[in-house]
Parts: sequence; C-alpha cells; structure tokens
Amino acid sequence: MAGHSSYVPGTGLTRWLDQRLPIIRLVNDSFVAFPTPRNLNFWYTFGGVLAFMLGIQIVTGIVLAMHYVPNSELAFLSVEQRIMREVNYGWLLRYLHANGASMFFIAVYIHMFRGLYYGSYKAPREVLWILGVFIYLLMVMTAFFGYVLPWGQMSFWGATVITSLFSAVDQLVPHLGTSITTWLWGGFAVDDATLNRFFSLHYLMPFVIAGVVGLHIWALHVPGNNNPLGIDVKGPQDMVPFHPYYTVKDGFFLVLFIIVYLAFVFYAPNFFGNPDNYIQANPMVTPTDIVPEWYLLPFYAMLRSVPQKLLGVLVMGGALVSLLFLPWLDTSKVRSCRFRPLMKQLFWLFAFDCVLLGYCGSQTADAVWNIAGVELPLVWIARLGTLFYFAFFWVLMPWIGKIEVTRPLPESIAQSVLSKGDGL
Amino acid sequence: MANATNPEPTRRDFLYIATGAAVTVGAAFAVWPFIDQMNPSSAVLAMASIEVDLTAIQPGQQVIFKWRGHPLFVRRRTPKEIAAARAVPVSALVDGLARNANLKDAAPASDENRVIKPEWLVLVGVCTHLGCIPTVSTPQSPQGSFGGWLCHCHGSDYDTAGRIRKGPAPQNLAVPPYAFTAPTKIKIG
Amino acid sequence: MRRLLPLAAVFAALCCSAGMAQTASEPLPPKEMNWSFDGVFGTYDRGALQRGFQVYKEVCSSCHSLNMVAFHDLAGPGGPGFTELQAKAIAAGYKIPAEPNDRGEITDDRGNRLTRPGVLADHFPQPFPNEQAARANNGGALPPDLSLIIKARNGGPNYVYSIITGFGRAPPHGFTVMSGKYYNPYFAGRNISMPPPLNKGSVSFSDGTPATVSNEAKAVVTFLSWASEPQLEARHRIGFEVLAFLVLLAGLLFLTYRKVWHGKH
Repeated sequence: MAGHSSYVPGTGLTRWLDQRLPIIRLVNDSFVAFPTPRNLNFWYTFGGVLAFMLGIQIVTGIVLAMHYVPNSELAFLSVEQRIMREVNYGWLLRYLHANGASMFFIAVYIHMFRGLYYGSYKAPREVLWILGVFIYLLMVMTAFFGYVLPWGQMSFWGATVITSLFSAVDQLVPHLGTSITTWLWGGFAVDDATLNRFFSLHYLMPFVIAGVVGLHIWALHVPGNNNPLGIDVKGPQDMVPFHPYYTVKDGFFLVLFIIVYLAFVFYAPNFFGNPDNYIQANPMVTPTDIVPEWYLLPFYAMLRSVPQKLLGVLVMGGALVSLLFLPWLDTSKVRSCRFRPLMKQLFWLFAFDCVLLGYCGSQTADAVWNIAGVELPLVWIARLGTLFYFAFFWVLMPWIGKIEVTRPLPESIAQSVLSKGDGL
Repeated sequence: MANATNPEPTRRDFLYIATGAAVTVGAAFAVWPFIDQMNPSSAVLAMASIEVDLTAIQPGQQVIFKWRGHPLFVRRRTPKEIAAARAVPVSALVDGLARNANLKDAAPASDENRVIKPEWLVLVGVCTHLGCIPTVSTPQSPQGSFGGWLCHCHGSDYDTAGRIRKGPAPQNLAVPPYAFTAPTKIKIG
Repeated sequence: MRRLLPLAAVFAALCCSAGMAQTASEPLPPKEMNWSFDGVFGTYDRGALQRGFQVYKEVCSSCHSLNMVAFHDLAGPGGPGFTELQAKAIAAGYKIPAEPNDRGEITDDRGNRLTRPGVLADHFPQPFPNEQAARANNGGALPPDLSLIIKARNGGPNYVYSIITGFGRAPPHGFTVMSGKYYNPYFAGRNISMPPPLNKGSVSFSDGTPATVSNEAKAVVTFLSWASEPQLEARHRIGFEVLAFLVLLAGLLFLTYRKVWHGKH
C-alpha cells in the first residue's frame, strides 16, 4: 500500500485480473514484498498471533452456533449436554473457543505492552494505536457477551452486574440509568430477551473487529512497522521483504503460542474458568464471589476501589479512554524505551501496577493483607494502584518525556544489527 | 529454490518441503473436527428403535409411523395385492434388487424378499427419486397404475410390494431393519 | 527484566500473607487424593466407574438427579465400559415417565404416573418430579443435579470425596449444628443438609472390592468425574498426539527460520 508496487503479473490471466481487480497485487504488496525492518524481535510476532486467534474464534464460534440454543431454558443444556457430550468433537470446539478467548487477551496485552515499550503509538502511528484501542474495546464487549451465553451462574450474574453499571447514570439524571438498563435487558432483569440479543451481538461483533483489523493493518502499512530501536528506516539495507523472513519467523512463534494454547485446551481446559459457571443460571441465588473473567480484573479492581457508584464507573471508563490519548501524553522525542532509562523503569512499574490491580480484582471485596502484623485492606492497595494508573498517563509520562536524558540513538538499523546481537 | 545452475535438490529444499508438508498435513487433520461436528450426534444416533403394535391395522389399510424423522409405511396387504406382487417376474422390474436391510445387498427383488410375513409390508416412506412422500393407493382412491404408491412430486409409480415400476425413481422403496417381537408386534431399527 | 525480580518477590510474599484467619465455620481445605484420571495420561479406572455407577444407583440416585447422562453413554467410548446389552438391561430396569397413551392419558386410574421401561436413548430419570417436590422431601434443601458436580465445585473430585467422607466428626466445642443439619467440616458453613450418604456395606460390590466408606466414595467420585467430563480420555489422547506433532512442526519451522534468516541477523 505504501510506495511503489513491485508486483509484475506473470501470466495473461493475472495481467487481465490485475487491470480489473488488483487483489493479487494488494496481497503481494502487503504480505509478500512488503518491506519490513530487519530487526523486529519476538515481541513483534503477536500481531500475527492475534490475527490467527481472531480467525480461530470466528471459525469455532460459527460452528458452535450451529448447536447452541439462545434460550434461557435451553442454553445451559445446549452447551453442557449437547455440545459437550453429544456433538462430535463438540467438547474440543467449546474448549478451543473458551480458552481461545483467554489466549486472545494474553496476546493482545503482550501486543499492547510491546507497543508501549517501543513507543509504537508515537507519530506517525497515532491512528494505528487508536484503532488498536478500539479493537481492544470491541474485544472486551465481545468477550462479555460471549461469557453470558453458556447461561451458568457467572454468566448470569456477570451480565447483571455489568449491565447494572449503567444504572449509575441515575445519579446524574433521575431514572435515565434505570431506563437504560431496562432497555439493555428487554425486561426488568437479565432474562431470555437479554440472552437473545447478547447472542446476536456476540455473533456480529467479531466481524466488526475483523473490519477494524483491516483498517489497523492499513494504518500499519502506510508508515510501516516501528522497530525495537524506534528509529526510522533509512533505506533498503534496513529492511527485508515480509515473505519469507517474517512469514517464517511469525509462523515459528505462532506454533509455540499454539502449543501453549492447546496445552490448556487439552490438559487444563477449565483453568481460566470458574466452577460456578457449571451451575445453571439461577436468578434467585447470587454466587458468594462474583469475579469477572481474568482479563477484566484490573478494571474491576478500579471500579470497586471507588466508594461512590457513578464515580467508580467513570474511573473505570476513564482508564480505558486514557489509552486513546497516549500518543499525545508522551512528550518524548525518542520512541523506544531502550534509549529512555526513566521511561523504562516507569514502564515496568506500570506493568506491575496492572498485575497488582488484577490481583486486587480477583480477591473478595473485604480481603485484607496482613504485613508483619499490620492489617492493610486490599481496597487501599487497589486505590493506590488506580491512582498510579492515572498518574502514569496524565502526570508521569508527560513530565518524564520533558526531563529525561535519553541515550544516543544508533545511526541506522543496519548498523545496529551488524554491530551487535538482538536483545531486548 | 533449486535454480538453473544447481538443479540438484539441496538440503535447504528438503527442509522447506518437509516444513510445508507438515503444515499441510497438520491443517488437513485440524479441519476434521470442524467437518465431523456436522455429522449426527451421539444423541441422534442413539435415538430409540421403535416398537409398533399391528393389531389394529385392517387388511388393505396402511398406517404411518415416524421413525428416524421419516414416515414408516406399514401396510396390511390383501391376498389379491400379494398375488399381484408375486405375479411379476424380477426381470420385468426397473430395480432388480430387494433393497431390504434385513437381507444381503445382492438379494433379488422378488416379493418374498421384500417382506418377513407376506401380509405385512414395512417400508421407509420416502420416494427414492428426490425424497417426497408417496401417496398410498387404495380401492377407494387408486393412485398410479400398479396399485401400490404414487409419488406426486415427479410421478414415480410403485407396486404392491413397494417396487418402482414407472417414473424417475431409480430404486424400490427401502425396507428398514425390523423384526417381529410377537405375532402382531414389530420392532424397527 | 532483572529489576522485576525483587518486585515479584515482594509481591509473592504479600500474597502468601494474605487471607483471613480460620474461624470455626470456615470449611477445611479438601483432602488431597490421587485419581487415575489426573495428569497427561490419566484415564478412568473401569472397575471404579462400574462400582461408582452402582453406588450412584443404589445410594445417591434416591435424592440426586443425573439429568445429562444417557443410558447409551454407559456403553460409550471412554465410559464405564458396559456392553451395549448390559446398558440396555440397565436402562430397562429404570421406569421412565411414559408418553401419553392412545387415550391421551399420562396417569392410570389411581392417578399414578404411567411409566415404561427405559431404552438406551433415555436419560437417567429424576428422583423427584420437580424442584418443589425435591425440597419438600429434603427438609427444604434441594439436592443438586450431579451431572456436572465435579466441575461445578472448587476442588473438584477432592472436594466431593471430602464431603461424602467428611461426616461423623464431633463439632468443635461451642459450634452449633442446626436442627435437621449435619456437621461436615469440608462444607461451607459446616452445616450440611445431606445426611451421611455412605456407610460400610452400603452396597455390595460384585468384584470383591471391600465396601468401605472410602472405597465407595472413591468409586462414586470416579463415576461422577466421568459424568462431568465424559470426553476426558479422548481429550488426553488427542491432546498428546496433537502436541507431539506441534513440537515436531516447531522444530522444523525453527530450522527453516534459521536457514531463511542466515546472514540477515
């Protein structure tokens, strides 16, 4: 898509097609001849992993939908009896899909933290980053809708709790929030109507994601890849064609990723799940500990850390929205953390903070840390974590970019590659 | 990657071919669960065989039961109908095979091979042409010219042993696997 | 990465010290058992499955349903290994609520539900016709369906084993066992509505296994584990084949990767 096309149709037929629909040219220029920095490391292979996981989720999802019944009386049975026991390989497809969601999020978090570390969100890749944030938000919504479908206890109560977040709007405009939740549910509680619309949306959203992924790749191929050095490519000596260099490299790491994924599917298929979801939804009984799926735990911790309902919802939303402003909050002229000693430390603190928040979210609301005899309620840890999360984006990052003394950048990618090996 | 100056396959070529082959084979195996999931599930396969009481069926009458999602014709034939079916030589039939799940595939389509007891004709009521349900012929409302069944979709005409005699259907109506569990009780499937 | 290690150590130390003091109503952690179906090559012990089926049939099934398991599953691959004839005989021994008869009735003259013998396609019948009847017969408590019980409880087989063998201990001093309930230290709140289900000799195993409470419990937990995860053996076997292939493929891809990138790094 960028620069000159190197594609030369080899036969009469391809020449004919090329004048009418240059699709082979598009594929060739985007995924075969596409010039790519020669120094991309392991962490850059997760874009390919994510494309693969989207494909897996769509294919297994379409197949599961052939057997699933979106009806509150039958949904649980259609999953746990029909799919898991009766359909040929139904258990495999279901475990692939359920664990696939978790692996998808593992990959997306690595992909996002990699972008953060190497400054891939900075000019001229702001739109690329923002599209990525939108994909992430769409993924969260899709995963939420999907988790409701098996109609277990966690499905039901997760749906109830998350949709009830909207009732916080009541504190701004009386009755508006309640009207929104009633509209979302299609009733006065999560019920058959809710399940049906969530199924419809869960089927639709992956295709929306696929569309935005198309834009994301387009926005990647205009400026071209960033790289671990964060410097611009100077010429052909800095680059290799995407195929075979990155097809084989991405392929190798993809297979390693699939091995981890399938190890969960075959030997710990319920590792990411919650036993309560093997109990059919019961609107009369709430499980003692409702926990969202692990990939939402940091946001859940932020929500719970704020004692005021509307403010809690705003903080949680703000945590996601902050990501959109990242390209302009980072004031540094240097992209990669390799040459930014302060930002590098801040990055690891931020990563630790996200894990810490996730841990807080996984514990009960009244959990307490006992450190050398001093009782420390976990909610205070979550509050500090939330504070640091926002401070990272809105205070520390803009500030550090201005005061930081960066290390000298190498002349070019080629020079750096030839002078030393490839490290983090 | 073997070029003009070195047409011999190299170790590198072998590696590329082996890797490509492994990817292809792996992908081919991975496709199977996605295909097989559309085959009948264990619950469908385990669907009960049905048991039918024939006592109430009058001579010349046909009763339809449901078996594996298809209509099952049970017809109590009159001696005249049996005689009509037995009078036809196998060589005059469109389909010379019995199509009887209780017999060998090669059994000829004689009337004896179409029944267990001559009085009772048990058939899967699905036209062998394109799957419509043929209409039974009775003296009150005759169908077709052979006294058996006529399929109204495309005019396949069956005789009193359910054998195709005229029209586009290629085969005789199928005889399902069944057995008499009592003089007037049969178990199908 | 090196600066992460101390952070991680602090984090781990904090996590370990987290948690609340044990109180008298906090459940004990489940007993740690070894199961034949644990691990990468785990399979169900056929003998235990068949004995467990017997325990379910003769003991548990008077209160607990097993809705998702069909009789043909008993003869299916990876299951208790009954032959199809045995499974048919087992099915025929159960009375299944009958379909309406020719007169459209589902009860006989005395108002009893009409039944028919079970066939392979039927599922295990429920002990009570509805939830209300189940509660009315069990002091207000609802005996849960056992189809997924092993997967629906934290601790899985260890938890269920601990519960059914956890009766008979004296409650700690000052602990009140509510009326109509039983003391079971492995149950949340330690007051359980289920009476002790297993006794020595509750069943008599035809294969000569002594009918101790522990043997009965092991057998029925194995059976219920299979009921929760009937495809486990296929999963373990296919998983091994798939992962072995992928490791091989990863090796080939690594060699190809090195060849392709030779001189470019």
